[in-house]
Amino acid sequence: METMTIDAKGMHYTPLNKMIREAVASGVREIVINNVLGQRFIANGLRSNVRITITGVCGGDLGMFMSGPECIVRGDCEHAPGNTMDNGTIVIHGSAGDAVAHSMRGGRVFVRGDIGYRGGIHMKQYEQKRPVLAVGGTTHAFLGEYMAGGIIIVLGMGHEVAVKDRGIGSGIHGGEIIIRGDVEDRLLGVGATKVKFSEDDLKRLSPLITEFCEYIEVDPSRFLDTGYTRIIPASSRPFAGKYTWE
Amino acid sequence: MSLGSVPLKYKISIDRDQCMKCMRCVDNCSYGVYRVEDDRILIDSRRCTACHRCISMCPRDAIMLQEKPVDYRSHPLWTAEAREDIINQARTGKIILAGMGNAMDYPIIFDRLVLDACQVTNPSIDPLREPMELRTYLGKKPAKLEFTKSDKGDIELKTELAPNLKLETPIMIGHMSYGAISLNAQLSLAKAVAKTGTFMGTGEGGMHESLYPYQKNMIVQVASGRFGVDINYLERGAAIEIKIGQGAKPGIGGHLPGEKVCSDVSCTRMIPLGSDAISPAPHHDIYSIEDLAQLVRSLKEATEWKKPIFVKIAAVHNVAAIAAGIARSSADAVVIDGFRGGTGAAPKVFRDNVGIPIEAAVAAVDQKLNDQGIRNEVSVIASGGIRNSADLAKSIALGADAVYIGTASLIALGCRVCGNCYRGLCPWGIATQRPDLVDRIDTDVGSQNVANLIHAWTLELSELMGAAGINSIESLRGNRERLRGYMLDEGMLNVLKVDPVGA
Repeated sequence: METMTIDAKGMHYTPLNKMIREAVASGVREIVINNVLGQRFIANGLRSNVRITITGVCGGDLGMFMSGPECIVRGDCEHAPGNTMDNGTIVIHGSAGDAVAHSMRGGRVFVRGDIGYRGGIHMKQYEQKRPVLAVGGTTHAFLGEYMAGGIIIVLGMGHEVAVKDRGIGSGIHGGEIIIRGDVEDRLLGVGATKVKFSEDDLKRLSPLITEFCEYIEVDPSRFLDTGYTRIIPASSRPFAGKYTWE
Repeated sequence: MSLGSVPLKYKISIDRDQCMKCMRCVDNCSYGVYRVEDDRILIDSRRCTACHRCISMCPRDAIMLQEKPVDYRSHPLWTAEAREDIINQARTGKIILAGMGNAMDYPIIFDRLVLDACQVTNPSIDPLREPMELRTYLGKKPAKLEFTKSDKGDIELKTELAPNLKLETPIMIGHMSYGAISLNAQLSLAKAVAKTGTFMGTGEGGMHESLYPYQKNMIVQVASGRFGVDINYLERGAAIEIKIGQGAKPGIGGHLPGEKVCSDVSCTRMIPLGSDAISPAPHHDIYSIEDLAQLVRSLKEATEWKKPIFVKIAAVHNVAAIAAGIARSSADAVVIDGFRGGTGAAPKVFRDNVGIPIEAAVAAVDQKLNDQGIRNEVSVIASGGIRNSADLAKSIALGADAVYIGTASLIALGCRVCGNCYRGLCPWGIATQRPDLVDRIDTDVGSQNVANLIHAWTLELSELMGAAGINSIESLRGNRERLRGYMLDEGMLNVLKVDPVGA
């Protein structure tokens, strides 16, 4: 398989993306980008099964509208990696900013470290397309806000309590949020409800948890039990009772 | 104690001498006003919405409709509407939902502006005999042009031009999503814009595959719900519009109720069947002008800088400053939606009370962009309550490059502005997903009607321009000298930068 290495030092995002597109078009399936420092929109709208390994810190909207590639980031990401992403995988070995996986409709975003506010906001699913946001560390407030589908998993590694910020699942009307350990009731947002994480859930989600751990290079065995909290919508029609006709 | 019922909104009666009992009214009314018992057509006026479907289908003109058949004690403050809204909310404790545009009796600025015509000192132009340039380009215009001269002496353009949309007439059809309106309604509009060389918006419900043949005349929308948005959708559009706000409901999002999410709507929006489609109030990746610039550039980057990006905002108090911010975000056009803009459903309190009129907004935006020397950075599209070619001409003279029409294009498909779009039972097959109602629109006939309307306004615009001695739309744009204010106060004339009549 042909590999291509790009030194992104001092490069603007438009020529960088152009190089990526041209490489993909010429059949390259493995791209290594070094010295990334804040370039936004990397792999934006890219359709391919290419693997992109990035060293450095990515700017906002990594992989926005992306459909297919695998982006491995050895470093941190600024806000909204996986924004409105369609398919593919983003693996971030560091931490990421706000609105990670915003409106994501397919594929997976795996973050080893922590994420900021509004992670997984308005993720949605349709038929076979079920986006996944998995976080190894913790998250800030409004995790899974307006969530309409897909799965969010938070393991809380390195933190006594996996999530201790408020507004979890505020306005959620589809999908599920799985958080390691217990979640205080006062942290749930409007429209979110807490249910028991069952053996069936574990069976269903074990392959995903295992895969996530493999990607972030962590032993999965300590996460394969029912010690999670499952948060789901209280209703798929949160606004049904809000209006009266003129 | 019960509040009892409120009086009928409309009273339907049938002239039994005229009626031939063809039953077309019974068949056509989707609200259930008519039923047949013992060979007699019975009427339940309470269900009537004044959609006029029965009246328009009655071959004998036998149906009569009377609005507000029951009087209240008249009172200038406590109108029937004020009283009935209170009764409704006392019963339900809920937000009142309403359809179509602002229904309050605000003064209409368009109707207080008059256009100019040539007399004696400069000749008017006959558009039948002389070319009238209505072609409009939307998008960034370069601040200056640079050329190079080759050895052979050929002059070549060195400046790289930003992508522009080319319109044969400055009338486009605004964004009405699949879900809010039916597929046949969208198809009729799409065929009409393809025929007339202009563009329409998809709305935020994605693009149904039967619209793909018309995609080069379609502007795809990215709204806060991001419904139906993927890279294929973005690449299909001739341009991409980021919807920040809507004139009918500035500051709030939208909720397509689950009842309207049928299988086709569900696959176009890419959401599960029957689930509410919720567009949050803000885009959650835009909390500032800098964030907006990031989304604009992200969309450009995803589509390799080949498409113009529009940003649509509702006309609100500081619209000019907001538009100036947008003009610096790399966006190619700003759409200003005035407070009379239509909607399938909006909380009535928003529809009737939030936002400002398009006339003032567009003039303020044009002026601000000119003052800052950045008018060439963005095109300005006016929308919200444009009813005829005069409103169109006045909008352009106030500074718009083009207009979006919405309600007007639906009226061309049969809509009678009854304002019950949110019920999902539109008997004209427009604001409904019920297959038997949607089938009422023949898209060939519908598209011809809409194309006729665009054609007629275009002809009238040419005549108005010719009469004013103008032969190019460029010379009308922002040309306030061609406008005079009639009975407008000094404050308003200052905002519009228009002189009063006689001055």
